[in-house]
Amino acid sequence: MNFAFTEDQILIRDSARGWLGDFAPASHVRQVMATAEGYDRALWAEVAAMGWTGLIVPEDLGGSGLGFVELAILCEEMGRRLYPSPFEATVVLAANALLAVGTDRILDRIATGEITATLGAANATGKVTAVRNGDAYHLDGVLRHVPDGARADLILVAAELDGRTALFAVDGAAPGLTREGLASMDQTRRPAELRFEAAILPASSLVSADAGTALATALDRAAAMTAAHAVGAAEQCLEMTVEYTKGRVQFGRPVAGFQAVKHQCADMALAVETARSAAYWAACVADDMGHNGDGTELALAASGAKAWCSRAYFDCAATAIQLHGGVGFTWEYDVHLYFKNARAIEAVLGDPASHRERVAGLIGLDELAEAAQ
Amino acid sequence: MKLSFSAEDEAFRAEIAAWMRDNLTGEFAKLKNRGGPGDEHAFFEERRAFERHMGKAGWTGVGWPKAVGGRGAPLSHQVIFFEEYARAGGPGRVGHIGEGLAGPTIIAFGTEDQKRRFLPGILSGDDLWCQGYSEPNAGSDLANVRTKARLVGDRWVIDGQKVWTSLAHVSDWCFVIARTEEGTSGHKGLSYLLVPMNQKGITVRPIQQMTGTSEFNEVFFDGAETAAENIVGQPGEGWKVAMGTLAFERGASTLGQQMAFRNQLDEIIAIAKANGRARDPMIRQRLADAWIGLQIMRANALRMLSKAEGPELPREAYVSKLYWATWHRDLGKLAMDVLGPEAEIAPGSPGTYDLTPLQQLFLFTRSDTIYAGTNEIQRNIIAERALGMPREARA
Repeated sequence: MNFAFTEDQILIRDSARGWLGDFAPASHVRQVMATAEGYDRALWAEVAAMGWTGLIVPEDLGGSGLGFVELAILCEEMGRRLYPSPFEATVVLAANALLAVGTDRILDRIATGEITATLGAANATGKVTAVRNGDAYHLDGVLRHVPDGARADLILVAAELDGRTALFAVDGAAPGLTREGLASMDQTRRPAELRFEAAILPASSLVSADAGTALATALDRAAAMTAAHAVGAAEQCLEMTVEYTKGRVQFGRPVAGFQAVKHQCADMALAVETARSAAYWAACVADDMGHNGDGTELALAASGAKAWCSRAYFDCAATAIQLHGGVGFTWEYDVHLYFKNARAIEAVLGDPASHRERVAGLIGLDELAEAAQ
Repeated sequence: MKLSFSAEDEAFRAEIAAWMRDNLTGEFAKLKNRGGPGDEHAFFEERRAFERHMGKAGWTGVGWPKAVGGRGAPLSHQVIFFEEYARAGGPGRVGHIGEGLAGPTIIAFGTEDQKRRFLPGILSGDDLWCQGYSEPNAGSDLANVRTKARLVGDRWVIDGQKVWTSLAHVSDWCFVIARTEEGTSGHKGLSYLLVPMNQKGITVRPIQQMTGTSEFNEVFFDGAETAAENIVGQPGEGWKVAMGTLAFERGASTLGQQMAFRNQLDEIIAIAKANGRARDPMIRQRLADAWIGLQIMRANALRMLSKAEGPELPREAYVSKLYWATWHRDLGKLAMDVLGPEAEIAPGSPGTYDLTPLQQLFLFTRSDTIYAGTNEIQRNIIAERALGMPREARA
C-alpha cells in the first residue's frame, strides 16, 4: 500500500500537464470545437507519437503496457484542459474494451495512432441485434449517444447474438451503417447516432461472441477514467475562480477576501480533493483486478467514483459561474465550457443517481430481512 | 500508486486480528464497541486496564519510533493496526490523547529528559493525558489564550481556565497553552506546559452536554504548579508547539475512527433492511452516498498519509476535518431517518435520559463540526492556506 504517485507517474503527469497547457489552451479548445470535425488531426498525431494512444496497450502490441492509474493521470490532465480529441473514445473506451475481452486485434493500430475507434455498448442508448447468415453477420438497430460515433474509423458494437452480448468491430464505412454526428450543448464532445439497417459484416468482424462480462468491466474502468477527467476539470474550475476573485475588486478590496466567497472556494477544494481520492481509488482497483476477476469491488469503486466525481465537478462548475459573477455568464470567459462539460460528464456512463442505486444493491440493500418482506 | 496490501502486510493484519480476538475476551469482553464518542464514561476503569494490557503486549505507540519505545511500524502497519483494532470492536482508547497528541509532541519538540520522563507512562497506559487548549474566550480564536503562567523559583504557577477538556477528570497530566509573557497578545508570548492534574490548584467540573452525558470538562487553574523544566520548546514558542500537536491529529489513527464509522453505518444499513426502509429510493440513495463517502474518506486519509513528508501540507490534509465531521454529522441524521418514529424512543422509563447508541450518535455528532476547528474555521484555513486567498481581518 502506497497511495501516492511513483516518480514515473509524477513524470507522466507533469509532462502531460505541460504539453496540454502549451498545445491545448482554451484558445485551441474554442477553435476546434467550432469546426465540424471537432479536433485537430495534427495535434492528435503528436498525441499518438508521444505514446498516449498506446498507454494501456501491451508492449508486444506496440504500446507502453501501463495501467489505469497512468491512464487516469492522462484523463485528469485532459479534463483540466477539456482537450477535444478522440482519446476518450479510442483509448478509454475502445482499447480498454479490447483488453477486457482479451483480444490482440486492433490494439496495435490504436497504439500507433493509425486508427481512431469508439465503443457502442451500454454506454450508448438503444439496442443492436445480430444474426448469423452464412459467413456474415447482419446487424440491425439504432445506437444513440455513441462518443465520436460519426468520426471514428472503427466502431466496436455490442450486439445481441444468440441471447448473448457479442462484440463486433465495424468499419465506419460498412454498408448498411448510417452515422449521424449530433450537435451538442457541450461542444467539446461529439456524440453520434448510428443506424444499422441490415448492415452486413464479414465473419472476421466478430471480436467476441460472449463479451457481456468483459464489457461490464471495461465500462466500469471507463467510468473510473471519466471520474479522473472530472477531477482535472473541477480543479481547473477552482483555480480559475480563485484567480478571478483575487483580481476582482469591489468595495475597495478583492472579493476573494470575503468569507462568503472564500467558504464557497473551500467547499470546491473539498469537492476536488475528495473526488481525486475517489478517482484514484477506482483507478487502483481497476489495476488490482487486472482484466478479469470478481467485478464487485471494481463495480463499487467505479460507481462510487463516477457518482462522486461527476457531482463534484458539476458543483464546482456551477459555483465557478456564480463566483465569477456576470462575466461567468459570458461566452468570452471559459467557465461556461466547463459548466457544459460537467453536465455532459454527469450523464455519460450512468448518472450519479443510477450509480448510487447500483451501489445500494451491491452493499446489500436488496436483501431485506424477513420481517420487512 | 497502489492501494492493495502486500502479503507481509496481510500477515501483520492476521497478527493483530488474532491478538484482538484472543484478548478482547473474559473480563474485557464487555468492552467491545464501548467507550466511543458519546459513550466515554462506559467501563472506564476496565478500559484503563485494557490500555495497560495493550501496553504490556506492545500494542501502544505502534507508530512511535523504536528509539523511544514504540513499535516503529511502517505506515501500512499503522493503518492496519488501527483498522483491525476498530474492526474487532476495540474499546475507545483512554490513552489516545497521550499516544496521539502529547507523546508525538514530546517526541518532536521535547528534551531527552522529557522523553525519558513522560513517554514510558504513555506507552504503559499508566499515565492518561488531556489537552488544555480552548478557553471560554479562546475557541475559534485559539490564540486569545488568557490563562497565565509565571515562573516562581523552580515552578510555573498557573492561573486561568480551560474548557471542553476531554477526559480531564481522569487524566494524570494536561498539556496547557498559557501566556507566559505579560502584555503579549495573539500567538506571541505563549508557552506549552506539561501540568500534573492531581493537585489542589486544579478543579475539574464536568459539562453536561445535550446528550445528557459529560465527555467534556471545565478545568480551573488557581495557583496550579508544575516544575520549571516541564515546558516543551522555549518560553514563547507555545504556539508553534501547539500547532505541531494539532498536525498529529491527522495521523494513522484516523483510520481507526473511520472503521468505527463503518461499524455505525453497517448498523444503520442492517436496521434499514430489517424495518423495510431499505426499499425507499431516497433512503437507498443516502445510504449509498454515505457508503461511498466513507470509502472516499479512507482513500483520502491514505493519500494524505502516503505523501512523503514535504514542507507543505497537501490539500487533501486541509480538507479532511471538514469532510469527516460533516459526513459523520449527516450519518447521525440518516440514522434517525432510517429508524423513523422508533428513533424517538429511548431505553428506560419516562423521566430518565439514557439514550441508545444511535441517538447518542445523532446528538453527539453535532459537536463534530464544532470541536477541533469549526467547519467555518476549517473553511477559512482551506481558503487561506491551501488556496492562498486573503486572510481574515483581525482586530
